[in-house]
Amino acid sequence: MQFYTSPEQIMRDRSEFARKNISRGRNTVVLSFADGVLFVAENLSTTLHKISELYDRIGFAAVGRYNEFENLRAAGVRMADLRGYAYDRRDVKPRPLAKAYAQTLGAIFTEQTKPFEVEICVAGVAAKPEDDELYRLTYDGSINDMPGYLAMGGQSERVDVVLKDNHRFDMGLQEAFDLALRALGSVGGEGSEPREIGAERLEVAVLDRFREGRAFRRIRGAALNALLPAEAPSSGDKADDKPEDKADTRDEPSGSTEKPATKKATGSKRAKPAAKPDESTEE
Amino acid sequence: MALRFNGGVVMAGDRRATQGNMISSRNIRKVHPADPYSLIGIAGTAGIGLELIRLYQVELEHHEKIDGEPLSLHGKANKLANMIRGNLGIAMQGLAVVPLFAGFDVDADDPDNAGRIFSFDVAGSMNEELQYDAIGSGSIFARSALKKRVRDDLDVDEAVRLVIESLYDAADEDSATGGPDLSRHLFPIVMTATAEGSRLISDEDVATVSRAVVESRLTNPGG
Repeated sequence: MQFYTSPEQIMRDRSEFARKNISRGRNTVVLSFADGVLFVAENLSTTLHKISELYDRIGFAAVGRYNEFENLRAAGVRMADLRGYAYDRRDVKPRPLAKAYAQTLGAIFTEQTKPFEVEICVAGVAAKPEDDELYRLTYDGSINDMPGYLAMGGQSERVDVVLKDNHRFDMGLQEAFDLALRALGSVGGEGSEPREIGAERLEVAVLDRFREGRAFRRIRGAALNALLPAEAPSSGDKADDKPEDKADTRDEPSGSTEKPATKKATGSKRAKPAAKPDESTEE
Repeated sequence: MALRFNGGVVMAGDRRATQGNMISSRNIRKVHPADPYSLIGIAGTAGIGLELIRLYQVELEHHEKIDGEPLSLHGKANKLANMIRGNLGIAMQGLAVVPLFAGFDVDADDPDNAGRIFSFDVAGSMNEELQYDAIGSGSIFARSALKKRVRDDLDVDEAVRLVIESLYDAADEDSATGGPDLSRHLFPIVMTATAEGSRLISDEDVATVSRAVVESRLTNPGG
């Protein structure tokens, strides 16, 4: 009976365990485009998010086991908020967060009974697309700087190929979204046929390059439907919603704190603000 | 001071900070956005008050990011009350701070009636005000001035005018409240919280209203 296992064997087993479970998951794509950083994830849930805001110009995306990456996400938000409070909002940058994640994942991989079955991305939007920072972190704490685009999840290499062949930094939102959709749809179909993915299976968000303060915005409801190709089936309720009735677009104030409030509040009788068309940053 | 109007709330503060009998700052900002739909102002020890505001902003944002949605307006007010209560120890030693909190309640049924104002005392009690409130050394005069002018059914422009006018009256009576500084172009900070969110009224617009107030007092000093 063997009481001893070599460290290599243990690590190999752990790697295999994590990789196998991640490879069963759906994909997520992150890419830089002219107006920001786009996140598109295949997600069947509308409430359990894979894509989240970390800080003003930093976003988070993950694939894998939800409770594990949710833990990481919360820790990242905490670290970012503490830093921003202790120093200044400008001092919160993506790289230190990514490095902290790398340390955490690495420690978990080595020291815990089982590694986290996750792959995460930390993305920071800069003044120019070429300066955007996209980091991909894997279950064992490996960190890679992936300028321009990255894919995570089950068949990320194949998704990556589609991105690599077509990505340009000067794409607009519609073009970037089309590319992301095509990349996601290139895997998971029957007999490697491309798939159409509808709004009900998508979670989409952007870090808006030109927005002051908190740049993270979700794109959903009517704004998401507007981006999807016209023939793609989307869930019936969302397509039928009038823009005013939609509650799924993030209810955000449209003004910055610099604009004068000389006009009255909107005439709509709903207390929730009506969705403004510019939320979707369409070209 | 804060005032409810049709569609939200306005909060305005003067620019004077004092150290004893001396003016320590002519352009301090006492009114800040707490989050995209609410406003906070402070009176009392400036250092504690401004740090309180900063921490409060971070706490609200942190909660929103962790949970995925912001607190209710009452929840935010309650949180602020707890923070004030936590300050009671040093408040009793002389470093007291009192906030004024106001916001647009996105969960309200009627957007015209969605403005809310909350007042606090130094021990952290929280109270929702009916229509307006003021804090600070000049608050008694500001409140009395507003009492005589306030009406139901104000629109945003009228509300802004009323608070600027009442601040002027407070400055007229209280040496620790600063009036509009026309030569240095320093005017009250005025912010609104409506369905469109927390907004700073531009300096030019506040200046215009302030000048109009000053002008009207030339012939009628008591207003």
